[in-house]
Amino acid sequence: MKIRTISYMFKQGFIGIWRNRGMSVASISSVAASLAVLGVIITLVLNINNLSNVAQMQFDSIQVYLEDELTVEETMDLGQQIGSIEGIHYIEYESKEDALAKMKEQWGDQGHLLETLEENPLPHSYIIHLSNIDAADDVVAGLNSIEGIEEVKYYKDLIDNMLSIATFIRTIGLVLIVILVLIAMFIISNTIKLTLNARKQEINIMKYVGATNWFIRWPFLIEGIVLGLIGAVIASIIVFYGYEYSYNIISTRFYVMLSSYMVSVEQMASRVIAMFVVLGTGVGALGSIISLRKHLKV
Amino acid sequence: MIQFKNVNKVYNKGIQALTNINLTIKKGEFVFLVGPSGAGKSTFIKLLLKEAEPTEGQIIIEGQDITKLSRRKIPNLRRNLSVVFQDFRLLPNKTVYENIAFAMEVIEASPKEIRRQVPMILGMVGLSDKAKQYPHELSGGERQRVSIARSIVNNPSILIADEPTGNLDPETAWEIMKVLKQINRRGTTILMATHAKDIVDIMQQRVIAIEKGRVVRDEHKGAYGYED
Repeated sequence: MKIRTISYMFKQGFIGIWRNRGMSVASISSVAASLAVLGVIITLVLNINNLSNVAQMQFDSIQVYLEDELTVEETMDLGQQIGSIEGIHYIEYESKEDALAKMKEQWGDQGHLLETLEENPLPHSYIIHLSNIDAADDVVAGLNSIEGIEEVKYYKDLIDNMLSIATFIRTIGLVLIVILVLIAMFIISNTIKLTLNARKQEINIMKYVGATNWFIRWPFLIEGIVLGLIGAVIASIIVFYGYEYSYNIISTRFYVMLSSYMVSVEQMASRVIAMFVVLGTGVGALGSIISLRKHLKV
Repeated sequence: MIQFKNVNKVYNKGIQALTNINLTIKKGEFVFLVGPSGAGKSTFIKLLLKEAEPTEGQIIIEGQDITKLSRRKIPNLRRNLSVVFQDFRLLPNKTVYENIAFAMEVIEASPKEIRRQVPMILGMVGLSDKAKQYPHELSGGERQRVSIARSIVNNPSILIADEPTGNLDPETAWEIMKVLKQINRRGTTILMATHAKDIVDIMQQRVIAIEKGRVVRDEHKGAYGYED
């Protein structure tokens, strides 16, 4: 294709956008709105996934509190029994003294409060590292059949809950997105239809003098793609600044620790912007193809 | 050049538009297509332009069976076979020059070619001094001449004129016929569907008459043959 032809097509595309400004604004807004909603959903899902990954790394262990009055032999024997359960990577012993020291460390500045305790209330325990988080239920069942264990603590439920929330948001989000994208496509195809009507006569002449089909179609495709792209850019700006703003609020006003579980703004932007550009272009192109198929018999 | 072989056209609703058409139009001929309204003239032209497909038969243009031509090749066909309509179909927001140049632009002719070709064609149809005017500033005859100029600017070998004088008074109609005859003399084959009895009778060209979808008459130096 010649450069002159390409510039002709872009010019016609932009003339189309300008000629139906009202509808163009509606198209751009609907693309931007759909993508912005998509952005919010992606933000939520990515962060929940991230959070549950971090949580899985930290909590892929089961802590078993032992009864207080066990002898050293009994404790050793118990360790052997636990170690023989399938799905366990390795086990660690944590005495009540170790546990207290660890807690002091975790409490940091407030650690001295623990020194006022008259006796150590913490139990001896085994920390079981699983070879696989999915084995957790079986391991817990095995642990419950062993004598001498006071309590089994593990966080699989928490992780499961987070993952199911993520799945839920993703499903609802997908349905919402599909509906919004369809609306955006519908509005774009109507915008293109207006341009088609305005250029009916020109197209008719073009057909009779032998313009190729693609020569006739490209300006409309460009119009749709440009509408979609502008929508994508606006959505990217909204999501980028929106996320940066909430990220900053969470890390300054709430809890610094929480933001360390969040996906960083840069990471978010790099994923979302590329996706928006592709989606916006796609929605725009599809919107115009729909109306070209319906209203332009070349 | 143009050959119809056993062409039948039945529309979806079962209307038999053309029945067993067999004819040959040679290169450089000037042919009138006459017949009452609804006799099948429009269908005939539509088949040539590949706007409609024959139900049966072959249509051969310059050695190529266009019924077998893929949709993607239609633009090539139409560059060689251009058409002039009764209603001119000019773009109102473009000048005479731009209207004609448009036909070259959309087939991606170079600006140099356009600058050379458009003034020449304008001269041929006698509108050199109207190049910068808009269609609404022109008379009907002038508009039709612009439309003809546009249809021949890409040098088609066949020009189809669908009642080109239908909207014009007799005197103006003759101007148009002079232009068409001149184009014909350059070697362009012309097929003109018309109801203009006087023109057909005086021009003394080949006349093909279609009635109820059949060719009922095909004479050289023929007459219109109907009392309208």
